[in-house]
Formats: sequence, structure tokens, C-alpha cells
Amino acid sequence: MRALLPILLALLAIAPGAQWAGAVEPSEVLSDPALEARARKISQGLRCLVCQNQTIDDSDAGLAKDLRILVRERLLAGDGDEEVMAFVTDRYGDFVLLKPPMKTGTVLLWFGPLLIFLLGAAGLVRFYANHHREDDTESNGGEEKPLTGDEKNRLTALLKEGDDP
Amino acid sequence: MNRKFLLPVVIFAAIAVAFAVGLTLDSKRLPSALIDKPAPRFDLPPIAAVNSGEPYGSGFSSRDLIGRVTLVNVFASWCGPCRVEHPQLMSLSRDHGVPIFGINQKDKPEDAQAWLERHGDPYLAIGADTLGRISIDWGVYGVPETFVVDTAGRIRYRHVGPIMPRDITRTILPMVAELMP
Repeated sequence: MRALLPILLALLAIAPGAQWAGAVEPSEVLSDPALEARARKISQGLRCLVCQNQTIDDSDAGLAKDLRILVRERLLAGDGDEEVMAFVTDRYGDFVLLKPPMKTGTVLLWFGPLLIFLLGAAGLVRFYANHHREDDTESNGGEEKPLTGDEKNRLTALLKEGDDP
Repeated sequence: MNRKFLLPVVIFAAIAVAFAVGLTLDSKRLPSALIDKPAPRFDLPPIAAVNSGEPYGSGFSSRDLIGRVTLVNVFASWCGPCRVEHPQLMSLSRDHGVPIFGINQKDKPEDAQAWLERHGDPYLAIGADTLGRISIDWGVYGVPETFVVDTAGRIRYRHVGPIMPRDITRTILPMVAELMP
């Protein structure tokens, strides 16, 4: 164990410097580092439809590999980032995008959480507003209503009861 | 009964309905982005010759799809569910006379030919998509997948996964009948 420690420490020291390469195989990597960086960025925004919760950059699935190569081919052919994305969504739909686009069909997806938050906040505000009003009337600070005749009678009756031995 | 009591019940019911719908949706079955769009243009070669034999058929191109309602089935000999699906394809072509075209995805020619000899060939024509590129143009993400294409060559329906006997009567045949001119 003690002998292993320096090795582990050395590995830890290297780790932050080593770039995580996902599932990209060396043969796929483009020689132009700028293009490769763009390819990586695009791949990280594309869902692997076979595994669904991984990006094509992370996935070992055959389709993910094919799409990684396709993305690089499009870039080499001179396509812009958006054109490459459009090429893939034309075939696989918006579901392939890990960041869904904002359009009429996705408004609820984008603003649903905010809507729920606002509804909850409104509910809370109403709840506490009501509570305060009740507190006020009960405490000395609020308006005090004089006891009705009925209440006075009951009170004297109760007090008398207490006096009995 | 006052409104304050009803409100949580209504909220619960709404959430329950949302979950009931959401949890029964099968996220593995995606809608095709190509529905009602023209099928991609392609020209696939036949399954290549094995040993000294002939190539299998004469290939399959998008021109074959015009003028009739067709099924396009993406299959491979390495694909387990395709084996399950195969009798249904045989029945569709033999018993119901539905024209079926095949895209043989990333297969070895010898394996594909052995598969067709052993299990029967329901296809009018088969194209060999050795690189899987044409499958990507069709938006295929798993094998088998089957498309219903109308007389104008537009994709009208996609079935993901094997076609089971009940899919024939429930979806495929009604769809084909509806699209007939």
C-alpha cells in the first residue's frame, strides 16, 4: 500500500492535464486541431439515439461512431456548425439535440419549471397573507371586538364554576 | 365541501394524469423526422457476390419506390429481432401481396445470402448498405426498422423494432390500404 501511494499521487497529478477523450477513437480524429475542436463541440450536443442518455462523443455504439465520422466529414466539406446540426436533425429530428430548441412545441418545456415556481410562490404569498390577518385579530395589536352578551354570560358561568370548592 | 379541500385533489389528479401519460410513452420508439417527407435519394448496389457466385439481385434505388405503396425494411443477418420479424415479412409479401424492399445494413454478403436462403426472401429487391450511410439518411437508429412509403415516394409511417403478427393487421395493412390510390 505504501509503495502504491506515490504512483497514485502521480496519477492524480497527471489527471487534470489529460483531456477526457470520450469514445472518440484515434483514427477518427481530424489532423486540423481547430476542426477537431469544432467536431468535439458539435458531438457533445448530439444525443446517441441508441443509448439516449449519452452524447455521440461519449458513446461506443456503432451509430454514434458513424455520426461522429459524418460530423467530421461535413466539417471537412466546409459546412458551418449550424449546417452540420441541421444535417443531423433533418434525419433524426429535434430529439437528437441534447439542448432542445425554443419553438411553439417546446414552450412548456422551457418555461414549465418557471410557471410551477411562480404558482408555488403565489400560493405561499397568499397563505402567509391570510395567516397574518388571523394573527393580527388574535393578538392585542389588532382590533378587539367586545364580547357579546352571550359570551359574557358563558364567561361568568365558567368563572363561577371555578370558584366552587 | 369547500374549495380549499378540492384544490389539492385537483392538483394530484392533474399530476397523476401527466405521469400516467409520460410513464407509458415508450421513449425507445421515436417518431421519424421524415414523416410526410420524400424518401432520401439513393442507389444501393446488390448484396455482393460470394466466392464465384453472382451478386444477389440487382440492387435497390429510390426510383423503385415511385408509383406504388411499398414497405422499406432495414434488416441484417446479425440482428436478433430481425429473425423474430422475418415470418411476418414473408406473410406480408406472400399472403398480402405487399411489395417490400430491403436495406441490408452493415452485413457481410455471405451472411446476408445465407440468411435469405435459410429463412426465405420476402423482398422485391435488396440494396446493400455496407457503410450504413443510407440508413442514416433514412433516420434509422436501430435495426429492424420498417417504413411505409406512398405512391409519390413519401415516407408516411415508421415502425421501430420487429413487426409482430398483430402489427400486420393493426397498423401495416390498414396503412397500406389507406394509401392505395
